[in-house]
Amino acid sequence: MNNEELKQKINTLTDKAEFSEEGSEFLNVIIPPEALHSLASSLKFDNDTKFDFLFCLSGVDWITHLMTVYHLTSTELKHTLVLKVKIHDRENPEVDTVCDLWRTAEFHEREVYDLFGIKFRNHPDLRRILLDDDWKGFPLRKDYKDEVNIVEF
Amino acid sequence: MEDLLNKAETQEYFINMGPQHPSTHGVLRLMLTLDGEIIKKVEPHLGYIHRSIEKMSEKDSYYQMVHLTDRMDYLSCHINNEAVCLAIEKGLQLEIPDRVKYIRTIISELTRLSSHQLWWGVMGMDLGAITTFLYGFRDREMITDIFEETCGARLTMNYNVPGGLMFDIHPNFQKRTKDFIKHFKKKLPEYDELLSGNIIFTERTKDIGYLSKEDAISYGVTGPSGRGSGFACDVRKRIPYSAYDKVEFKEIIYTEGDSFARYKVRMDEMKESLYIIEQLIDNIPEGDFKAKTKAVIKLPDGEYYQRVETARGELGVYIISDNKKNPYRVKYRSPGFSNLSALDTMARGGKIADLVAMMSTLDLVIPDIDR
Amino acid sequence: MNFNIYDFTEFIISIDNWLKQLLSPGLAKITGMALIGVTFLLFVTLLGLSIVYIERKVCAFFQQRLGPMRVGFWGTAQTIADIIKLIFKEPLATKNSDKFLFNLAAFIVLISPFMVIAVVPFAKGLHALDFDIGLFYVTAVSSLGVTGILLAGWSSNNKYSLIGAMRSGAQIISYELSIGLSLLAIVILTGSLQLSVIVESQRDGWWIFKGNIPAIVAFIIFIIASTAESNRGPFDLAEAESELTAGFHTEYSGIKFAFFFLAEYVNLFIIAAIGATVFFGGWMPLHIGNFTFFNEAMDIIPPIIWFFAKVAALIFLLMWFKWTFPRLRIDQLLQLEWKYLLPLSILNLVLMTIVSLTGWHL
Repeated sequence: MNNEELKQKINTLTDKAEFSEEGSEFLNVIIPPEALHSLASSLKFDNDTKFDFLFCLSGVDWITHLMTVYHLTSTELKHTLVLKVKIHDRENPEVDTVCDLWRTAEFHEREVYDLFGIKFRNHPDLRRILLDDDWKGFPLRKDYKDEVNIVEF
Repeated sequence: MEDLLNKAETQEYFINMGPQHPSTHGVLRLMLTLDGEIIKKVEPHLGYIHRSIEKMSEKDSYYQMVHLTDRMDYLSCHINNEAVCLAIEKGLQLEIPDRVKYIRTIISELTRLSSHQLWWGVMGMDLGAITTFLYGFRDREMITDIFEETCGARLTMNYNVPGGLMFDIHPNFQKRTKDFIKHFKKKLPEYDELLSGNIIFTERTKDIGYLSKEDAISYGVTGPSGRGSGFACDVRKRIPYSAYDKVEFKEIIYTEGDSFARYKVRMDEMKESLYIIEQLIDNIPEGDFKAKTKAVIKLPDGEYYQRVETARGELGVYIISDNKKNPYRVKYRSPGFSNLSALDTMARGGKIADLVAMMSTLDLVIPDIDR
Repeated sequence: MNFNIYDFTEFIISIDNWLKQLLSPGLAKITGMALIGVTFLLFVTLLGLSIVYIERKVCAFFQQRLGPMRVGFWGTAQTIADIIKLIFKEPLATKNSDKFLFNLAAFIVLISPFMVIAVVPFAKGLHALDFDIGLFYVTAVSSLGVTGILLAGWSSNNKYSLIGAMRSGAQIISYELSIGLSLLAIVILTGSLQLSVIVESQRDGWWIFKGNIPAIVAFIIFIIASTAESNRGPFDLAEAESELTAGFHTEYSGIKFAFFFLAEYVNLFIIAAIGATVFFGGWMPLHIGNFTFFNEAMDIIPPIIWFFAKVAALIFLLMWFKWTFPRLRIDQLLQLEWKYLLPLSILNLVLMTIVSLTGWHL
């Protein structure tokens, strides 16, 4: 499916999606956290979309809000899509896990939790993965301060 | 007897494999839950060599951040560099000279060869055949010599810069590369004789560490490991970059999904790499070795994603720019990180010795996983 | 004292008589025993040093490199330097290890090769013991070493060590059967367990040539099983450094580690020596039936050189195995023994009996 068809398809699946293609080579779909899991599972299992390969899962700190980014592709239909989840709550950011759909998300979500502090609901084993268990703060957030390890210049 | 067994209290047996262990190839720590020698669960504990490359990149200029990447997967450092450069060039919409593309492709394939040679040696050593290690290193030496002559470094090369290459190739480059191809074509059958045909080796790897195609896709297991399960995931073929659209080569796919299939993929891939280099080495076009770039690069607002095929799988470079001289956010989707997540599924029910064989066929490089 | 390189019998007797003249009978016996003990101690040390050096060079040869070259001429003093280093290292013991057994294990491992080496006939008349159950004694005593390995693994209180020791226990106990049965095949032909009789019975040709096909099969079984029993590659599961770091001797350091190391190499020598004695005529020169001229020409080379040449050839073969084959897995290892080698050696034994009864052997 090309981007236009994908847009129409997603509109039939959810009414909360915003689209943007600006500054990116893929179709971007921006959705609120509560719409993620249902949309993701229909994207994976729908015969028109079949997004079976989550090739990148990242977090972004946009200062005003946090964001998790899911790069999806279909190994069979060869189309690619970027799902972005906007999370406005910086204090207690929460989003549903997708690791029941794509197993690779288990490690990637742990990494996002580790570095951004975004909690993934229903994740089987949400712990820090790269940093020590007793690390304070979430380093990839823009407001993270570490006077010992980071030299400002 | 049955009663006695039922009465006896049994306990699960935990072993910490790593962070210092000969066959975790670095500082990977695996918590094994065992029943005798049979593995019940594998739980990787990562981060022993986390150097916050993503955080550091946010502070660096685009020229500087390239050089952090060869410390990720040091065995395919050139390909890592290339990925970042391609992403930056994509953002600048820079037209890259053909000469650069050709040289990058040749060196990428040489890097892949050297990585696979080392993997082959280490794989043999993990299974107890120490001699293979030296054989692998013997032939790898020729490649590192070529690298040394080209850019002065043998392992972490830093040969790529956004826009092209650091220097032009050495006048001897073509001759030495051809010499190497001639030499290695003779030596490759030796590799097969020493391991592939050995009955102990095939017994140790066949039907061990099975990973189905569905699991491979779901876990995001890419590269030779994924292709051993029948997952057609070669980025060079599907989304060609550099000069890969100008050469012909086969995407090696085995459908067995066991350790032996993953082994065979890499062995065949070495032949394909030689074939790719052969096609390009005599046809390097004349021209500049670098496109003109400004001293300070500022990428336009937006996000850039570049996927490349390293020796271990798909590396994704995700750069978000806010039109400043350093990136707003950089994410490296490293192949090892996703490949490792499948280890638990593969290893369950196997033996400790099998786990070692599986880890070798996944070809883990720990700095690549921890970043 | 008359010294004859071809026959040590008189030499040994003359030393014995000399001692008896000097001392009272009881003291003479004790002095004799001490003399033999010291000789073997020196011999084993030298043997360990030289086999380690040879192993390094052979391994280097297989791996297309030079091996030790810096210390002494062609690195000959390298192993001596290593031993000095090991002696001066601190012998550590982990906090929760069973100290007494931990220290004892290193000695037990070394006891068994010392006991076996007593019956090895180095040349005519050159042996410490020669009694009528020699071969039985060899198989019985050589399995004592596994006690040391099991103790070492258990007392270190380390999980890797324990797994290594358990593997080793399972492995050695199973492969003992095959060794015994393969040696028995030759015993059928000689009709004696005494090693000197076995050697003497090969005066007109070695058993590997005379014994028809069953002798060759027995030799192949023997070499596989004995490699397994000495815990050497491709059967080095007990130490399997890529799986269990170092297996049963993970926690050992310094001189105690050196004991394990030494025991491994002395065991290597013993396997080769027993194999050479039983299948290749021990110190007996290469003789072909009644071909007198050839036999006399062969006799010019002293028996002790024949013995060590044969042992060296077998040791080289075992090193060849180690440096080319990958390691087996524990279940494959036990499968190989119980499903293939053991039935085969029993069958071979029956076959050998038939050969022996019908006189098909030479």
